[in-house]
Amino acid sequence: MKSDTKKPVYLRRQRWEESSIWQKKVLLVEATGELTERCNFNCLHCYINQPARDQRIKQKELTTAEWLDFLREVVELGCLTVRFTGGEPLLREDFAELYTFSRRLGLKVGLSTNGSLITSRLARLWAKIPPLEKIEITLYGLDANSYEKITRVKGSWEAVQQGIAYLKENRIPFIIKGAMLPPIIERLKEFKRKAQQLASMDFPPAMVFALDLRARRDSPEKNQEIVNLRLSPQEYTRLMAQEEELYYQTMNEFCSKFLGPPGTKLFTCEAGREAVALDAYGQLQPCLLLRHPKTIYPWRTKRNLGQALKQLFPSLLQREATNPAYLARCARCFLAGLCEQCPARSWMEHGSLDTPIDYYCRVTHEQARSLGLIKDKEKGWMVKDWPERLKRWQQAMATKLKKKGIIE
Amino acid sequence: MGSLINLGKKYSLSPNLVVREIEGEVIIIPLTSGVGDMEEALFTLNPTGLAIWQRLDGKKSVREIIQELVNEYDASREEIEEDVVGLLEELYQRKLIVEEEG
Repeated sequence: MKSDTKKPVYLRRQRWEESSIWQKKVLLVEATGELTERCNFNCLHCYINQPARDQRIKQKELTTAEWLDFLREVVELGCLTVRFTGGEPLLREDFAELYTFSRRLGLKVGLSTNGSLITSRLARLWAKIPPLEKIEITLYGLDANSYEKITRVKGSWEAVQQGIAYLKENRIPFIIKGAMLPPIIERLKEFKRKAQQLASMDFPPAMVFALDLRARRDSPEKNQEIVNLRLSPQEYTRLMAQEEELYYQTMNEFCSKFLGPPGTKLFTCEAGREAVALDAYGQLQPCLLLRHPKTIYPWRTKRNLGQALKQLFPSLLQREATNPAYLARCARCFLAGLCEQCPARSWMEHGSLDTPIDYYCRVTHEQARSLGLIKDKEKGWMVKDWPERLKRWQQAMATKLKKKGIIE
Repeated sequence: MGSLINLGKKYSLSPNLVVREIEGEVIIIPLTSGVGDMEEALFTLNPTGLAIWQRLDGKKSVREIIQELVNEYDASREEIEEDVVGLLEELYQRKLIVEEEG
């Protein structure tokens, strides 16, 4: 069997993240399961939540058996990770069953939750069968008063603290994710410090800056509430640059790699390539945000993930934008890499895939101005000599960063 | 120190792990805490390891597995025994296999 004298390595131990299995050519690597749109909170800025007790919505949701079928199918395609999200995924009474089933199929499980429905029993299950990924808890305040102004549910702070206590008691690794919302912005440094301490994280919590409008385009009133909470472009830029050294270093690397006009192709991302999201009712989406009727696959009735991944989703990536405003602006804008504009967000804001989103355009231009990429009143699509400008900017930025001792 | 592995005993895969095959490669994924001695670890096998692993059905003794491999591969019994015992010791220590009763 072996011929050399050195003892062979029969069994190789690898950490998941560093494992060679991610290099394998499989049709699907990561699946997201949006188990429900219902949530026990009513967060002011939420893009998807529906009332927790809405029986009509609950009855429309995929059954346990359907979710199990989906999980079996993703594993057959080589999938390695499933992420459960919502709404609040722990509202599903079958959550523990879906979780255990996923792990028994050999999937790594991610979970995004508000943490309020974590029970002692669930934490003990995670201690016994670890998810292999840190549980992500979204937290939108520093105390009951600030938190419940956002969640609009009395007692929600206490419930989340209890859930976190169960995680700590059982030594379940978790991270906290925040959002740039008024109660947090006022005490941002304190929030980051406390969140980092609470979850014993090596890094500050990730913060959501871009508040998306309602994903189902279901409520102009709720959209208005979200719009009211959005940061002004100036505030957005100021907060992004708050940790100055890290910001400029990141921006230097990012802009060098990703700036340039995206052209007429509608999708500049990898949506639907090796990753899919199944919504609560069985519609398969190329990404969690993209719910345009022409971009989804009716998995519940067709049950053929391979078909979506081989035919429908690749065909989307070939689509061209047709909206004249998009073609005149976004397609030619060298700042596109900095912008949150994408077909999913265009759908959320305007009901089409290629309409420029004014808010993100303003944010991007403000950011670019503050970085020195454009002059006052200049627009990204007007800059014809952008490669030369970017080169000069990179040189100036490198000098600045060297002077500050950030880079060598 | 003697080997942890008894040639007359039968071993089978632990029920606390999941075995997947992705693109022809066998991947061993610990299911419960304490298996594999590192929660976020997974394991892969080299071809020799795989040939042995596939025979761990809890029905054949280690000696029988060695004999099967001797019949199948062009290598000496000593070499094969060293391979089999070496891997089984590692799997046993990591709680990836269990000894069958009796």
